Parts: sequence; C-alpha cells; structure tokens
Amino acid sequence: MYPSRFAYESPKTLKDAIGLLDAAGGDAKILAGGQSLVPMLKLRFAFPDQLVDINNIPDLDYITFDADGTLRIGALVRHEHLEKSAEIAKRQPTIAAAAPLVADPIVRTRGTFVGSVCHADPQGDWAATMIALGGYIVAQGPKGKRKIDMKDFVLGPYANALAFNEIAVEAVIPAPKGVARGGYLKLERRVGDFATASVAVALDMQGETVVGAGFALAGVGGKTIDANDAASALIGKKLTEETIAECAALVAAKAEPRTDHRGSSEYKRHIVATFVKRILTANSTQKAA
Amino acid sequence: MSSLYEEIQTPPASDIAVRRLTVNVNGEDRTANVEPRLLLVHLLRQAFKLTGTHSGCDTTNCGACTVLFDGRPIKSCTMLAVQADGHSVQTVEGLATASELHPIQEGFKQEHALQCGFCTPGMMMAAKALLEENLNPTEDEIRWALSGNLCRCTGYQNIVKAVLWAAEKMRAELN
Amino acid sequence: MKLDEVKIGGMGASRKRVEDNRFIRGKGNYVDDIVLPGMLHMEILRSPVAHARIKSIDTSAAWDMPGVRLVLTGEMMAARNLAWMPTLSYDTAAVLATDKVRFQGQEVCAVIADDPYIAKDACGKIVVDYEILPPIVNPVQAAAADAIQIRDDKAGQVGNKIFDWEIGDKARTDKAFEDADLVSKIELHYPRTHPSPMETCGSIADYDRATGKLTFYVTSQAPHIVRAAVAMVAELPEQNIRVISPDIGGGFGNKVPIYSGYVIAILASILTEKPVKWIEDKTGNLVSTGFGRDVYLKGEMALRKDGKILGVRMNTISDHGAFFADAQPSKFKIGLMHSAFAAYDIPTAHMFATGYYTNKAPGGVAYRCSFRVTEAMFFQERMVQAAADDLGMDQAEFRRVNFVKDEQHPHRTAFGFLTDSGQYEKCLDIGLEAINYKNFEAERAEAAKRGRLLGIGISTMTEPLGAGNSREYDILGIKMFDSAELRIHMSGKAILRTGSRGQGTGHETTWAQIVAHELGIPADDILVEEGDTDTAPFGMGTYASRSTPVAGAAIAMVARKIRAKARKIAAHLLEVSEEDIEWELGRFYVRGNESRGVTIQDCAMAAYSNMPDGMEPGLENTAYYDPPNLTWPFACYIAKVEIDPETGVWDVLQFVAVDDCGVRINPMIVEGQIMGGLTEAYAMANMQYQTYDEEGNIIGGNYMDFLLPTAWETPGFELYEVVTPCPHHPIGAKGVGECATVGGPAAFVNAVVNALKHKGVRNIDMPMMPNRVYEALTTGKDIYGMPPVRSGN
Repeated sequence: MYPSRFAYESPKTLKDAIGLLDAAGGDAKILAGGQSLVPMLKLRFAFPDQLVDINNIPDLDYITFDADGTLRIGALVRHEHLEKSAEIAKRQPTIAAAAPLVADPIVRTRGTFVGSVCHADPQGDWAATMIALGGYIVAQGPKGKRKIDMKDFVLGPYANALAFNEIAVEAVIPAPKGVARGGYLKLERRVGDFATASVAVALDMQGETVVGAGFALAGVGGKTIDANDAASALIGKKLTEETIAECAALVAAKAEPRTDHRGSSEYKRHIVATFVKRILTANSTQKAA
Repeated sequence: MSSLYEEIQTPPASDIAVRRLTVNVNGEDRTANVEPRLLLVHLLRQAFKLTGTHSGCDTTNCGACTVLFDGRPIKSCTMLAVQADGHSVQTVEGLATASELHPIQEGFKQEHALQCGFCTPGMMMAAKALLEENLNPTEDEIRWALSGNLCRCTGYQNIVKAVLWAAEKMRAELN
Repeated sequence: MKLDEVKIGGMGASRKRVEDNRFIRGKGNYVDDIVLPGMLHMEILRSPVAHARIKSIDTSAAWDMPGVRLVLTGEMMAARNLAWMPTLSYDTAAVLATDKVRFQGQEVCAVIADDPYIAKDACGKIVVDYEILPPIVNPVQAAAADAIQIRDDKAGQVGNKIFDWEIGDKARTDKAFEDADLVSKIELHYPRTHPSPMETCGSIADYDRATGKLTFYVTSQAPHIVRAAVAMVAELPEQNIRVISPDIGGGFGNKVPIYSGYVIAILASILTEKPVKWIEDKTGNLVSTGFGRDVYLKGEMALRKDGKILGVRMNTISDHGAFFADAQPSKFKIGLMHSAFAAYDIPTAHMFATGYYTNKAPGGVAYRCSFRVTEAMFFQERMVQAAADDLGMDQAEFRRVNFVKDEQHPHRTAFGFLTDSGQYEKCLDIGLEAINYKNFEAERAEAAKRGRLLGIGISTMTEPLGAGNSREYDILGIKMFDSAELRIHMSGKAILRTGSRGQGTGHETTWAQIVAHELGIPADDILVEEGDTDTAPFGMGTYASRSTPVAGAAIAMVARKIRAKARKIAAHLLEVSEEDIEWELGRFYVRGNESRGVTIQDCAMAAYSNMPDGMEPGLENTAYYDPPNLTWPFACYIAKVEIDPETGVWDVLQFVAVDDCGVRINPMIVEGQIMGGLTEAYAMANMQYQTYDEEGNIIGGNYMDFLLPTAWETPGFELYEVVTPCPHHPIGAKGVGECATVGGPAAFVNAVVNALKHKGVRNIDMPMMPNRVYEALTTGKDIYGMPPVRSGN
C-alpha cells in the first residue's frame, strides 16, 4: 500500500518526456492512466527510479477516424472515452464490445487504451483487441516516430517492443475494406476479475462475405495470443455453421491455457471455442450492410 | 501544509525533492509539500485531514477511496498526490452544504443503504458521478455504475434504491 | 392521549439509523481516522513461505534507516515473554516467529517508524534466512504417518492432530443404521473463506509512562475481552487499561480475536513511549487473521422408505491452520456443529470430529456465524437434499415429513439442544408459494427448450443464536452473559451503555427502541454508547448474533429496573400507594382515575429533585443478563437458478427468503441484515474462497483473487416474515444477523445440483465456479474442491 521512493517529472511536451526517458537510461517508467502501474508500485512489484507522467502533455486525448476509415487512438484516451464514444459504437464493434469489460467503471475513467496495450498483461483486453484488429503502435523516440505492428509489439508477459526512450503515442487500427464487424467476450466471475478466458474477434465484411478476420486471446496463455491464422477458415467465405465451427476450432487450438483454480486447460479451450462461435454467430445473423 | 509530511524530511531521508502542490479540494485551494510517492488517498486523509475517504484494499478493487477528480470518479489509492496538482478533487465531505444534505446522502439514510459505513463515501461519490451524467438511471445502470465499489454489509439492493431515491429527488428539484 | 409506540421510535418502528448521520457525511471515526500527537507507525514483515526454520534475521539495515524508531523480532519479544500468546481455544499462537514460520504471511518482524512509508521501506531491508521445510496444506497430509510435525514447540504434542471430539449416542445411532431401508451418504468440503470486512484490523496503542495507563484504540467486536487479554498477556493492571473500539468498518467475526499486531503495537508503545498505530493492509488481513470454515464432512443418513429419517451420522475433519485459534465456547471443540438437524425430528444422531494443524493461517472464527453453525446447517441441508434425491422424494415434502412440528416445542434435539419455538411448515409454505414451486417443472421444461438448465434449491434451518447461557457457554472460562447500564437524566433524556459493540448492525438505533418500548421515552431522547471499557459495563461483545438475544435482553431488564423505581416515585408524586399505580407506555396513573398520572419524565425529574423520603436519589441502573437458553430463529431460503450449459455460468432467477427471527425491533434493520447475509451466502456459493497451492502459497490473499461480488452480480432478494416470539427473551426477539449467511449457501448449491440431477450429479463443492459446474455437467461426476490446487497463470 506504500510505494517505494521514486523521482517524478511531469513534462509538458513529448520532446521533454522522451528526453527524460533517454536521460534515465532505462530506469524510468511512463505514467499514463496508472491503473496498472500504481497498483504495482503499491505492492512493490515495481520500483522504478523515476516516473515520467505524460498526463500533462496536450493533444494526446483523441479518437479520430481518418477519411479512409483508419482509427487513431491517442496515448491519453481513457477506457471510458471509448466506452461512451458514439463513433466507436457505430464503426468499431470489437472495441465497442471490449470497452465496458475492461476492469471496472471507476478504473475505466482513468486507465488508458494505449497504456493497457503497452502493459502487455496476458490478461489484458486491449492488447488482444489490437492484435485481432491488425493494429499498430506509433512509437516516438529521440530519433522520431516509427510503427510497430501489434504482432511484433507484445514480446511476452508485461514486455513490449518499445525502446526505453520511446513513448507509444498512438494506436492505429487500419480501415476495413468493407464493414467492420466483430465482438469481444470475456469469462469473468465478477466485474474486475482476471479473465478465465477472453476472445477478441474482428471481421471485415463485404456483404455477407468475410474479406478479413482477426482473432486474439487473453487469459489463456503466458502472453496475449495471436490467433489471426484462423482467418483462413473464413476469408472469402460466408459465416455459416460450418465455417464458424472450423474457425472456432482453429482459434481454440491456438490457446495455451494452464490448468489452475479458474479451470482446466480443456475447459478454457472450450470457452474460447464457445465464445468465437457466439461472436461469429451473432455477426452472421446481422443484416448485411 | 502538513506538519507530518514536513517531519518526514528531517532528517532528509533521500535526495528526492519534495514537491509543493496545490489542489482544489471541495472548492477550496489546499497546498502541501509531498513526496512524489505519496498516494492521493493519503494526502486527503493525512495532510488534509479529510478522513471520510477510506483506504480499503491494496489492489484497486474495493473503491472505498473513490473521489471525484475533475468531476470524474477515480480510486484515490491509485493516483499519486502530485498528479492532483492544479486539479480539483471532491470528497464525501464536499457533498453536503452547511445546512443541507445532498440528495444522495439523504437517499442512503432513507433507504438504509449503509451499515458499517466504510464503503459508503466511495459508493456515494460513484453514485454522484452517475447521476451527473444520467438523472434517470435504471436499476441495471446503477448496478453497473457501482460495480467498481465493493460493499460487504448491505447486499447492494438498498444502495440501488437509495440512488433511485436521490435521482427522483434531483429530478424534482430541477423542475 | 396514549403514546404511539411507533411514533416514539419504539419496537416495530423502522426508525432511520442514528449512526448514519455521521457516516453519510464522512464523519465516521474508524481507528485509522484517529491521529495522536507524536504517533509512530508500524508495519509487519511477513513470511513469504509456508513452513521454514528461521536460521537468522538481520535487522541492522532497517535500524540504520532515518525515521526508523524500533525494529522488533521474535527474539526480542521472547526476552519479554511475549513471543507467544494464548488463543481463544486454549492453544498458543506466535506473536512474532522465533523458531519457525508455520504459514505464509506469518508475522516475522515489525518496524516502527515516523511514517508508514518509511516503516515499509525498512521492512524491505530486513534479511531473513529461511531453511525451507515441507508444507502441509490439508488434513490428509497432516494425518499422514510420516508427516512433519508443525507444532514442535508444544510439549506433549504428537503428530498434527489437535483434537478428537464426539457427541451423540453412537450405539443407538448404529442400530438405526442397521434398521434403515436406505442409507444416504455424501462427502463435502466447506471451503476456507474469510470474513473480510471492508476495514482491516488495526489499532493504536498509547502507553503513558507518567500515569501507567494504556489507552488502546482497536477495531474490536469485543473490547472487554481485549482488555482482559491485554491484562493477561502484557501483565498490565486491568484498571490501567482502557480499550476503545471506535466505529467498526465491518466485523463478521474477523474482529473478535487478539492478533499479533495488537500485542506488538502495545509493546512498541511501551518501549518508545509514543502512540503506535498499526493498520493492517488488505493482504495482511486476508492471509493472517481469522478465516472461517475449512471443514470436511462425511455425512450419512439412515432412512425409512416413507421418508422418515431414522438417524444421522456426521464425521467432520477440520483444518485449523498453524495454531488452534478458533473463537468458540470452550466446551465445544468444533463449535456448535452439533446444532445440525435441530429443525428435524430425528431419533438419534452421532458426530465424530477431528481437528488438525496445517501450514495455513490460523483462525477458525465464527464468520457471520454462531460457532460453526454455518457448516452445520450447510452440511445438514446438503444431506437432506441428497437423501430426498436418493429416496426419489420431493425435496419440500421430505422436509415436511421430518420437521419438528410447532406443537412439539420445546423439543430436545438428537444432539441435546433444546429448541423452544418455531413454525417451520408455515415458513416453508410461504417460501414455496412465493417461488411458485408448483409450477417449477413446467418452467424447467420451458427453459430446456431454450437450451437452459433450471434448478431449484431449498434450505430450511433453525440455528442456535445468542450464547450463553453461562452454564454451558464460556470463552476461556469467562461466562457468556452480557450487560446494559441505563442512566435517566433529570430532563427525562437518557444514556444507555452496553457491553456489546455494534459494527454496522445499528445498535445506536435499535437499543434506544428497546428502551422506548419499555419506558416510553422517545428513542430520539436516548443516546447509545458502546465500545469504551472505561465507561461501558462488562460484556462479551458482538458476534454469533448474540447482541439482541443477550445485550438486548439486558437492556429490557435494566429498563424494567428503572421502571420499578420510577413507579415508587410516581406513587410518591401522586400521593397514592404503589399498589394503586398503573403503567401505560411512558406514564403512571392512578388506578381508576386515568387522567391522574405522571410521565416517566416527571419521575426522572423527581428522582433528582423530589424523591420520597429514604429513597436513594437518581434514576440509573445496570443489568447483567444470563439467558436461560439460546434463541432459535428459523429460515427458509429458496433459490431458482439457470445454467448456461455451454459455459457452466449460472444466474439466480429468483431468491425467496422467509425469516422468523421472533419479534422484530426495527424491521428495516432486520431486513438489511438478511440481505447482507444473503449476499455473503451468494459470494461463498459462487466465488469467494481461499485455497493454497502445493507449496502453501495462499490463493485468495488479496481482492484480485479473493472475490467479493459487486452490485452487478449480486441477485435481488425477496423477503418474507413470520413471527414466532422467543418464549424466554424479555421482548420475544431472536438473533438474526447471521441466519442468511448460515442458511443461504445450501439454497444456492441445492439449486445448481438440482439442475444437474438428471446427469447423476449429487455434489459440487463451493464455490460453484463456472468451470466446476461445466465439468459436473459434462462428466456427470461430483466435483470436490479438495486442495491443493495449482496457482494461476
């Protein structure tokens, strides 16, 4: 309940923030929403020398759709902004479905989308969502910006691909060719529980035909699981009982669950398959746009 | 300024600078010198002596420490005091005026929505945030909005009733 | 113009709570809110491992930190004869570990510093060298012939067994089983759980060398017991110890025992001559303070074809952790487990109980429960359902056949208790009607069409609440009575003090209502004060639903003493003889001349200004109440659940609660208690438990793993009322605070098991998490939550 000592800076510009990280040489941590970092500080699971608070940097709190439909989420967008965004509800169903399931409503007012992706908790909802959506992270460091594909971003539990002097300034989700569909389901015993299993499904549909699909899992492995290969079962096809079943089996095969007090590995794999089926079935019965 | 947190610095325990911060608490600017690691809940309770905000768990689950930060509910155990510099915080002590209870406070008493009272301040602040956005919530919307706050005594049913009671009174006051 | 009892806030009034006025303003006064000048702060270093020999402890780096005032080790405690303390069950518990650590989270060192942050820093600088020993995490391991002995500190201790204990008539019960048409058997585990009040344990010890007085602020349900214990352990004269239990942020049994932190804080205050505050963190609370349950049952029922129960056998094995620290009456080693089947007319029963030490946290407190009554009633109701199913009989009908009938009271139970009142069938009928039991099979069939499984579960029980009497009930030899002191001021206003201690249970409101009922003084004119041992009369405290049965009775009795004296004053004022005085609420009058009278307030003024010749002035008194028997509330809980067969997730469609707790003093508060209790029942049935992995690491040591349900999951509850007054309680009341937690769990489990009956499933141990329900459903096998389990991802 009492964090260890650290120095604290709250720069007003990204440049200053990156400069501070660079100067700290890897001993600093970025503080955004703090809803994962501060609990770790309180339990002394994390004890950085310095915190660089980016909350006072302007212009990082945006949710925008480019003209082509590309979605951009700034580093200081809180979970609840996504939950309440009418645009997101209309245009990005995977994110819309996941947003209310992140932590609890009070945590959602403060925690950030990008911060959660960077935290790379194997239980994290947003890293899974980003992988399923084929998104990328824009990282900014002393030498400027670079893109990191989500498939390369999560390296392992609590490990991401950012250099010590880089800040993830934006998450980008490419525009669908057709209409974005999809969903997110999580088995939790109560609000704010660790997921027994979570499934993110992103679909890109033209009429009734799937032209793109992405899948990712949380809570069923040592890290966020990329199950995008399962898209092969759907691409160019319609969502039928057969294609859905084939796809669900492929996604479930990707899970690496361990037996623990939340359930056996078989049970968790079964939940993954069940949730994939449920999301796909719900989308198959929607009217084509 | 808190004497307690002045005291920590003598003898100097580390080379980490103490920061001076000003927070608007319940409408009044309050200033303190704090270490960066001080949690907001401890600033409120110890430096500002606002002990209505409780610290219930170590893991950001229970919500007993919920306050409004720039109008939105946050868990004050999960924010650093230094982060509140230049911002406004509303605590349970800011709900009532000198002469009048807030309808949420009245509702909690009327509907027997508290027993031991430990979760109550956080619960009321979360309810206030809800009613500021939605003065006509359904039972499900109330249960959802309060699902970041744990209560061990009441079983929630009366808390839901209390928020409905307050919403009705607040709607009536608007008309 | 008779007084309207409800208007003056008497019995039966749903009076709004007095204590709310401060809580809703954030002006409660919990122990962590108290700040004393010069106060220091204590943090405890806990063992990271379950079982290990301590080879060395190096505290030098901690001592060197600026702001650190004192670092205490077991060795330093031992030098003052304080390394061990007595438990509430005639065992000893380590204050700070000296030789070994015996559970994960055990107290090893304490740091006292200017600030809790610094104290925590210093804890991190202490180096403890442990030699790891094999951990024992369940009674099976504890009983093994080659098991390592956990309590090698105890002379005469053999192995890890704590006790064998039995009750009942074995020979007669064996005979009943021989004569049975059918024997129904079931094995269960009531998992370890934790009371987990929102506020953790904590205290401030303030020793003043100048006066020799120790003021000890502590969040305690039993402040007088704390005073006695401190006098015993710290060897301070009892008159110099003042224990103040301020507002309690929930107790549920967790705040009955004396914990290490208290003893250490008191010593630290004596050594530093400064106030020392110790506020436990949530993890500390969950891993080291009094847990509840952790009992295994082998239950057998001898049955006749027609449904009559001929006899019951119960064999329990309980896991007590590293120290036998159950809070319970000393005569009964496994609490009131033998209250099982009190609602049923059973010719004979026998129980055999065995307790073991394990490398787990000690405690065994009565978590919202009257000393293991929760396990007793859960086992009973699970056995009842299994028996009904084995007989192929309707579960409601089976209960009806075997209930003790109203007219059989007073009724001696097979285990020897005396139940004295109740209308069991009436309660059951109300419950069945409310849940539309007749229509359930049609509902079940309809749900099956939607691919959902429906189940209905009943739990009916009468439980013993409100210990004593003093003949049978004592804790460490101190008899379980309680007390009240009432002072009527000359203006007719009053202050009432009791030896109980409310903890969200509304004493400040309801106690005044009892006085209002007895004396006609408006409840708003009566201040209720509890929790200060310098001012309150001695009492055993608030737990086991004993406040209303015992302290509540003492309040009625002291008010009657006051009324008896007031009657003499009234006779004096009215200038008639006492025999000619009649009483109505709030007023004495002359028989035959109702208009000629004086109010209780008039008598109060006269007690200070115009008393009869020879009468002692003043109007105050004290009553100590030793109840003739326990009180026996009855409850019928019925749950209707729906299961998603693809995931094992279950939802409560309807929950009906019929409670007969005798006369209700404040119906609003009673209903609040029932709803809160049902929520804890739901929590245990669904998600809330503690377990340990093979290494003895606790799972459920913080709120990420120890799950309390939120407003979102918690179902709504429909409450119904039956009133059978308690025949021996002065106002006819019975205990109620725990009925729902005691009786509730079986209703949920019976409902889920009922939904899976067609698959041959007879048991799913709590918590019935989706994975367990799914496994039962798909395999048709019973699910036992036997530890050890593997820890998480």
